[in-house]
Amino acid sequence: MSEQPLLEVRGVDKRFGAVEALADVNFHVSPGQVMALVGDNGAGKSTLIKCIAGIYTIDSGDILWEGEPVQIHGPKDSGRLGIEVVYQDLALADNLDVVENMYLGRETLSSFRRLDESKMEKEALETLAELSVTTIKSVRQPVASLSGGQRQSVAVAKAVLWNSKLVILDEPTAALGVAQTRQVLDLVKKLGEQGLAVILISHNMNDVFEVADNITVLRLGHNVGEFKTSDTTQREVVEAITAGKISSVPGMQEEALT
Amino acid sequence: MSTAVEPPPAQVVEEERPTGIGPYVRNWVDQVRGGELGSIPIVIAIVVIAIYMQARNSNFLTAGNFVNLIAQMSPFAIIGMGLVFVLLLGEIDLSVGYVSGMGGVIAAVLLQPDGSQWATWTAIGAALLVGLVIGFGQGFFVAKLGVPSFVVTLAGLLGWNGVVLQIVGSKGTIVIQDSFINGLANNYMSNALAWIVGVGSVAAWFAVQALTVFRRRQAGLQNTPWAIIAARTGAVLAATIFVVEWADTDRGIPYVGLLMLGLLVGLSFLATRTRFGRHVYAVGGNAEAARRAGINVARVRIVVFGLCSTMAAVGGIVLASRLNSVDTSTGGGSILLYSIAACVIGGTSLFGGRGAVKSAVLGAIVVAMIENGLGLLNVSAGTKFIVTGIVLLAAVTLDSVSRRRSAAAGLR
Repeated sequence: MSEQPLLEVRGVDKRFGAVEALADVNFHVSPGQVMALVGDNGAGKSTLIKCIAGIYTIDSGDILWEGEPVQIHGPKDSGRLGIEVVYQDLALADNLDVVENMYLGRETLSSFRRLDESKMEKEALETLAELSVTTIKSVRQPVASLSGGQRQSVAVAKAVLWNSKLVILDEPTAALGVAQTRQVLDLVKKLGEQGLAVILISHNMNDVFEVADNITVLRLGHNVGEFKTSDTTQREVVEAITAGKISSVPGMQEEALT
Repeated sequence: MSTAVEPPPAQVVEEERPTGIGPYVRNWVDQVRGGELGSIPIVIAIVVIAIYMQARNSNFLTAGNFVNLIAQMSPFAIIGMGLVFVLLLGEIDLSVGYVSGMGGVIAAVLLQPDGSQWATWTAIGAALLVGLVIGFGQGFFVAKLGVPSFVVTLAGLLGWNGVVLQIVGSKGTIVIQDSFINGLANNYMSNALAWIVGVGSVAAWFAVQALTVFRRRQAGLQNTPWAIIAARTGAVLAATIFVVEWADTDRGIPYVGLLMLGLLVGLSFLATRTRFGRHVYAVGGNAEAARRAGINVARVRIVVFGLCSTMAAVGGIVLASRLNSVDTSTGGGSILLYSIAACVIGGTSLFGGRGAVKSAVLGAIVVAMIENGLGLLNVSAGTKFIVTGIVLLAAVTLDSVSRRRSAAAGLR
């Protein structure tokens, strides 16, 4: 794709005891690119993401950021680089409101180390407007009262608010209805258009083919291929995920895909 | 009297709501329906208890008894204000009773006029430092070693009880002769000072609210309507003047009232206006989310346990001041359960993430009213415990039920 990837992962290994979660995995994503990361359960998608986010540390291999090797030892390190992860299980605190969640861990302070509430609220409103998130009635309501799609939007807006360069979305549409999925997919496209690099983890091939530019496939902790969305078919990708045993995938009969 | 110590909380607005009073009120009604009961149950409880007790014993609503009540509630309110932070984390601290005993006993021992007594302030400082270290220690076991706080502080409950016995043991009772400590609960503010503190605090509270409105308007954000601010401030001002004047017909407000007000403002500020306070709420609401946001969860937990035990030591000194002495039973009895009850009755959730510092003070009013009123009715200690137990159970049940309701409302 582009000459200089924003993030490049080279030959990364990660073991949990006897289990080899990642084995010599290579991966890259560039600014303005939506890279889908797909694979069956246990393929190592979440492990790879957590290594990039600093939740886990890698056993060996290199992570390059804008061409430079970097060490990521914690969420703070990845945050400092401009990596923001939107987790599948929604890392929002239910009892805090929208603004409080968006600024969690990075609150703006005014004099006497007080929280600068009006500045935070103003910027949060601006960011939500930028992303055309219009369904949230008040940014001062606890996120517990929001719908799944709205919560997902808040989580994404949080990433954008921090001028992140890379946004990682872990199964953003897994628990959502049709309209809410639409909302989130539009948001993902918007992120790419704004020049951010996006990594999208999903099991839903329709979502992947709609928004992703490229697709990386993992199987049992190994790379098995990278596809350009425009040059491939759902069938080809699904075969890569399942090691060719496509007839074992429910709803993926030969006829249905041809 | 319900608003006896309803003081200017440091935190200001309920945050923006649609402008205009109509939508504001409607919003509030929605919140209550959704299970955010706020201070409603407590106000009802205070009124009901006041009417019942007064009907049974006409001494209950007298200025003299009112002044007693302020001193009586203060240990529970002060210990509770520290405990609120632990409850916000979704943890529990069962050791606060005997840690308060440690605070009182250490201050008393160091101030014994035996020729080698310490200066008042260094003795108090030492007692608070011991509280802080105890809290950090217990917090370490909870946050770093992952031992459930219930067990750590249960061990603390036993252990610190033992230490109190060891220190006081041979002496039986230590009478406190330090005039500052004794004066905390037994000396009274002049009417002039009470006016200055009371009206000054309300004025400061109003100024903070007005400043917030101004700043939010500058930022182009929605504001609390002025009518609401005026009504709220006016009500608190009226209550303050009533309390000051009523107390003045008897002995006046004890200095410990000033201490409670100061701690309430300071700790409310810490909880709602600082990064640390925000992180406490976040850890209590979703510790994993807090960790992923880069918050040092273990550090927050340890600091909170330190804060709680320090406040317990303060409460212990106040209790020692009320009784003018410490003995082998100091820190025991009903202190622990009354302090926890105060927080929960005041509306702080045992499930973490929901609550406020002021809930400890509001709850302490109820607890002290029950204790004081039943004392006036000459009921046995057994009956007192039974009644308090029922009130605690009712408060926790209300918490659980309203939590279910708000969860249901959240899914709407």
